[in-house]
Amino acid sequence: MKLYCLSGHPTLPCNVLKFKSTTIMLDCGLDMTSTLNFLPLPLVQSPRLSNLPGWSLKDGNAFLDKELKECSGHVFVDSVPEFCLPETELIDLSTVDVILISNYHCMMALPYITEHTGFTGTVYATEPTVQIGRLLMEELVNFIERVPKAQSASLWKNKDIQRLLPSPLKDAVEVSTWRRCYTMQEVNSALSKIQLVGYSQKIELFGAVQVTPLSSGYALGSSNWIIQSHYEKVSYVSGSSLLTTHPQPMDQASLKNSDVLILTGLTQIPTANPDGMVGEFCSNLALTVRNGGNVLVPCYPSGVIYDLLECLYQYIDSAGLSNIPFYFISPVANSSLEFSQIFAEWLCHNKQTKVYLPEPPFPHAELIQTNKLKHYPSLHGDFSSDFRQPCVVFTGHPSLRFGDVVHFMELWGKSSLNTVIFTEPDFSYLEALAPYQPLAMKCIYCPIDTRLNFIQVSKLLKEVQPLHVVCPEQYTQPPPAQSHRMDLMIDCQPPAMSYRRAEVLALPFKRRYEKIEIMPELADALVPMEIKPGISLATVSAVLHTKDNKHVLQPPPRPTQPTGGKKRKRASDDIPDCKVLKPLLSGSIPVEQFVQTLEKHGFSDIKVEDTAKGHIVLLQEAETLIQIEEDSTHIICDNDEVLRVRLRDLVLKFLQKF
Amino acid sequence: MDPECSQLLPALCAVLADPRQPVADDTCLEKLLDWFKTITKAGSSLLLLQENPCLVELLCHVLKPQDLSSRVLSFSLRLAGVFAAQEDCFQYLQQGELLPRLFGEPGPLGGAAWTAPSVRSGWIQGLRSLAQHPSALHFLADCGAVDTIFSLQGDSSLFVASAAGQLLVHILGLSMQGLAEGHPSLQAGDWPVCAQKIVGHIEESLHSTAVPQITQALNVLTTTFGHCHDPWTQVLWVRLSPLVGSLLEKDPVPAAHSLVDLLLSVARSPGLSSSSCGLWETLAQTLNHLSPTQAGPLALGILKLQDCPQVLRAQAFVILLQPLACVLKATGQDPGPSGVLDSATGDSLTVDVLLSSKAACVGLLCRTLAHLELLQPLPQRPCPWPQEPLLGAAVTLLQLCRGSASPASDVGRHLCALLLGCVRVQRAALDFLGTLSQGTGPQELVTEVFAVLLEYLRSPDSSPTVLKKAFQATFRWLLSSPKTPGCCDLEPHALLVLRELLPVLQKRLCSPCWEVRDSGLEFLTQMTRHWGGQAGFRHALLASEVPKLTEQLLRDPESYVRASAVTVMGQLSSQGLHVTPVSPEHPGGQQKSLLVELLHILSTDSEGFPRRAVMQVFTQWLRDHHADVAGDTEQFMARVLQVASQDLDWEVRAQGLELALVFLEQTLGQFHSHCPYAVTPPVAAPAGSLAQALQPLCRVRLFEFAFRALFDCDRPVAQKSCDLLLFLRAKTASSSGSLEESRSGPDVASVEAALQRWQAGDQGQPLGDLEPEVVLAVLRSVDLEGLRGALAEGSDHMEKSPQSLLQDMLATVGVLGENEADCY
Repeated sequence: MKLYCLSGHPTLPCNVLKFKSTTIMLDCGLDMTSTLNFLPLPLVQSPRLSNLPGWSLKDGNAFLDKELKECSGHVFVDSVPEFCLPETELIDLSTVDVILISNYHCMMALPYITEHTGFTGTVYATEPTVQIGRLLMEELVNFIERVPKAQSASLWKNKDIQRLLPSPLKDAVEVSTWRRCYTMQEVNSALSKIQLVGYSQKIELFGAVQVTPLSSGYALGSSNWIIQSHYEKVSYVSGSSLLTTHPQPMDQASLKNSDVLILTGLTQIPTANPDGMVGEFCSNLALTVRNGGNVLVPCYPSGVIYDLLECLYQYIDSAGLSNIPFYFISPVANSSLEFSQIFAEWLCHNKQTKVYLPEPPFPHAELIQTNKLKHYPSLHGDFSSDFRQPCVVFTGHPSLRFGDVVHFMELWGKSSLNTVIFTEPDFSYLEALAPYQPLAMKCIYCPIDTRLNFIQVSKLLKEVQPLHVVCPEQYTQPPPAQSHRMDLMIDCQPPAMSYRRAEVLALPFKRRYEKIEIMPELADALVPMEIKPGISLATVSAVLHTKDNKHVLQPPPRPTQPTGGKKRKRASDDIPDCKVLKPLLSGSIPVEQFVQTLEKHGFSDIKVEDTAKGHIVLLQEAETLIQIEEDSTHIICDNDEVLRVRLRDLVLKFLQKF
Repeated sequence: MDPECSQLLPALCAVLADPRQPVADDTCLEKLLDWFKTITKAGSSLLLLQENPCLVELLCHVLKPQDLSSRVLSFSLRLAGVFAAQEDCFQYLQQGELLPRLFGEPGPLGGAAWTAPSVRSGWIQGLRSLAQHPSALHFLADCGAVDTIFSLQGDSSLFVASAAGQLLVHILGLSMQGLAEGHPSLQAGDWPVCAQKIVGHIEESLHSTAVPQITQALNVLTTTFGHCHDPWTQVLWVRLSPLVGSLLEKDPVPAAHSLVDLLLSVARSPGLSSSSCGLWETLAQTLNHLSPTQAGPLALGILKLQDCPQVLRAQAFVILLQPLACVLKATGQDPGPSGVLDSATGDSLTVDVLLSSKAACVGLLCRTLAHLELLQPLPQRPCPWPQEPLLGAAVTLLQLCRGSASPASDVGRHLCALLLGCVRVQRAALDFLGTLSQGTGPQELVTEVFAVLLEYLRSPDSSPTVLKKAFQATFRWLLSSPKTPGCCDLEPHALLVLRELLPVLQKRLCSPCWEVRDSGLEFLTQMTRHWGGQAGFRHALLASEVPKLTEQLLRDPESYVRASAVTVMGQLSSQGLHVTPVSPEHPGGQQKSLLVELLHILSTDSEGFPRRAVMQVFTQWLRDHHADVAGDTEQFMARVLQVASQDLDWEVRAQGLELALVFLEQTLGQFHSHCPYAVTPPVAAPAGSLAQALQPLCRVRLFEFAFRALFDCDRPVAQKSCDLLLFLRAKTASSSGSLEESRSGPDVASVEAALQRWQAGDQGQPLGDLEPEVVLAVLRSVDLEGLRGALAEGSDHMEKSPQSLLQDMLATVGVLGENEADCY
């Protein structure tokens, strides 16, 4: 059993598990932090961005000034943003049989895998994962395609040139494999390969293993996966949450008794408590709006935004913000808000019961109805006529490199009355803000990450008790900035095995058993013999039939009656030789009794020697030696077949036959 | 006893003795017993019994085998005890052999009723009352009661067990009385039999291996030394201290809590000269033997003692400081130059407790902090007080709880993991840190204190209760920061802190959690009260958004927050710190003044707290001659009184009277200056001026408000109004002769009629405009003193009388036929 690690990002995993005869890809996350190295794509021509000076080497050489621009001491690539793909060279991806998706954030690299590697298998995911994943991809494609950029920089990627660049460009990994965003066509084609599954549904893969998605409590339709054969169980835990937010709670019980538990997608901000952060979010929002400023919340179109809107729903009246408009701008805003209301079966119990009243499970329906929350596909069109300040705007993309958020950063960045509040934990907010410096706007960092923290992980591991834990290397040591916080790492026994990008792990357990079925008529013919109390044995002669990874013992064909020449010959071709079987022996020979028996049968001058493995019985007179060991007995005598047979029969008296 | 009660008593006794008429209400029996106690205290019990034979009959009756309720039985036992407390009455009851039958073997003691805890309790309390004289001691010995009391010490009911212990102490004290006075050096062997028996029992218990028995013995001794300081107690201690000392040799020390209590009780006892009986040695030994958790309370007790050897105090202090010393050591900090914490370090036992579990760690630390907090303000606190290391420890603990400390040692890391996010330790450490603000510290440590406090105030993870404590501690530290002589403004460093604090406060005022908003406002109130007049503070506050946000909180959905916002706004406005904001909706438009806004709250707010707060602010404004009020005081008063008089909350109405009183004083003060420093002696007022002075009061309809309040259904309001009118009457009395009264005018009659209707409950009709003359006349005609007396008696004074009690009891069982009494 091997694990191929194709991604180094602990929350955007992409691993391939080889288990029995199957090759299973676990998630295919797309590391979008690479886009932070690029200049933002403004929706409206930005004089500031287009007038940034080109970057030149220390010696004044300016051959890169078309590709690289400088802003407040940072250098950015002036080109269409590109993404860092999972490793494609470590394993032939055309051999991947299935891809299991755990949540919509972890499928963003899917089109790259399914469309460009020769992949011919099936992708499994839950319905909300697919639908919301589609929205995220659609939004991404839309954000990038609607601002066509003529230039595509590639000169800087040259290894010799990259060395000369300032950090972080200099340290960016595998820039040669960075790719532009996929197209909508590729998205559609990739999504068409997905087969929908429900929680606890058992899916057979070639008869060899069974995979089952379980609720992971993190997002709508998010799942952990169990991959099991008859005698082995691997759990894949990715992006799980024990907090009571909108999704169905996490199913922990089914993870018990795993041989291996692969643990990814823990919280990225282990020191921030989501509850405190939500409070912080509300306080800062109110503070800004009360002072007449605007609030910008760069976010994904689904996920935490539902919880934030719910909190605001309860908060705005009490904070006297009822007259403040809330805008949600995304090409998929409408679909996201509506989808959330129809996936009732994937929601937590409280929200499920609302559906029977019937009421919309999320209160943002009421916010929309009362015109407090308005949504627009983009800032063009209706939005510009409705726009009223001060206001709160939720819009993407959280990297601040593309999408409508770029426009608001340019628009509001100059006033210290306004605030940008970062709630998504995926991007470093300081890096995200770098191309907008100098910035007068206030910046608040309230990362809300509901995924498991280390305390919860340690409780979970105590509860489910896996034999081995495998996790990204980042989880096996405290974060570099807080090296004394021993509590910010996975602490389990035996210590967790860690992996990093482009590594292949041999998972530490051996398969010992395989399940074989016995046909009923064959089973009928068995005659078990009790050899120890409680243990019975039976010999069986049968034909082992193996097909689709299923093994069946079938009765052996009856020995055919010798008939005519041709026919007989053909029969012997088809049927394997069935020799007459000698009985099997079992038991052990008690030396003292054996010696007594020998004496009774007239042997004398018997000597017994102890050896490392058993005993040697010496019949000096007969010049014969009987070696008795745990699993073998040898009679060594000099060409006296009669004596040998006599002795053999005496030995056999002590053994059971069947 | 008054004859009415005497008449009712036989019927009541009959009811009590009748098992078919159960007494439903325990409290009646308690009241009845209290009443009998009062009577017997004032007069002879013997006479009482002789005059009311029904009482003895009742006591005899309860002894008959029958199905009497345990309540009545218990009551009878206690009643018998009350009567028998007087020796002559005791003899009287003895003649009839009544007492042995009640308290001895033949009584309830042997019967089925004994299973009821209330009967056992009644038996003990009866004996407790009875045991007041030597005859009682003989009686106790004769009827073998002491042995029963011994066994009741282990009773399943905690009340019974505790009472049994107390009774033993009482009997011991009683048996030693008289004897001890004459023989201060009496040896234990010569003690009265009864005392010897009890002491023997205690010794036996102390020898026992069963912890509950040891605990009982220790508790009896603790009470004895706590209550009785006669010389014999010293003999007792000398006799028992080796036994107590032997408990320390056991591991673990049994009943450690009780042992600590006993030792402290002995140490505090003035009857014992501690040095002579080896107490200090025992205490020192105990400190060493107890676990760190148990030793803390003992150490605190020792440090609180007035006179105690310095060595022992030092040892106790070391023990008390040990947990904090461990924390400092684990985080690699210098325990300070004072040496106290230095010698406290390195106790592996304490470290073991700290690291054994989260609960143990948190418990020990919280107790230690609480003990030190108690000790800090005491005059006998250890000297030198290790202020610096303690400050360091409190700051470190707070950092450990937040995960912001970076301990280098394994113990430190382990501690950090145990304490992370622990709200209890955070609260205790913040309280302690606040207490430490009484002392000083080096500047860099104070900077660290403010840094950690700001860290807590900023942190989104701080719980509302932790935040509240952090605000309190911050305020105390700001208060204690050194001041420039001759100037009470904040010193420069504190001002820097304040500048960092205000943005945090701003954010907290917008918190979604109302408790946080409320604590933020309270903090602001405290700060404004102290530094509102100081330039540095004013400048910083006005430069922030805080005043504006506070005003918005007047419309908060949570009533407590609105109330706090009202208080702060009132204060800000008084100090000239309230800036009328420019509303975004009406730029340049007419702004509502704060007065209008507060009046709006007073007349419309659905909750009482904000309305009460508004009334308090108005009262304060009137006292301070606030500009908004001083402009047109009469209009202000008229409006406020009108609204307040209709308020449903009595506290608002009472506060309205307070406001009226201030106005009254101010108005009449101009007329009658009582200022002792007045340059000119008061001259007799001209005839017309009293009427003139009263005119404004009439115009604002103060009298209608006050008269109405006089008959308010809530007593405090009526009392306050009564006081106000009496004050006014006294004020005007001196000059009444000069004012022509219109005692018999038609106006007076109509007012009096209206008042009578109001008193009868019909509050509908208003009085209309009153003339000062009419007011004065009415003031004299109303029996204000009588009313005040009636109000002072309490609403239940009628129902409280013994007669009423007896009637009630009889009424509940229907003996009086109809239920005539109001059993409120």
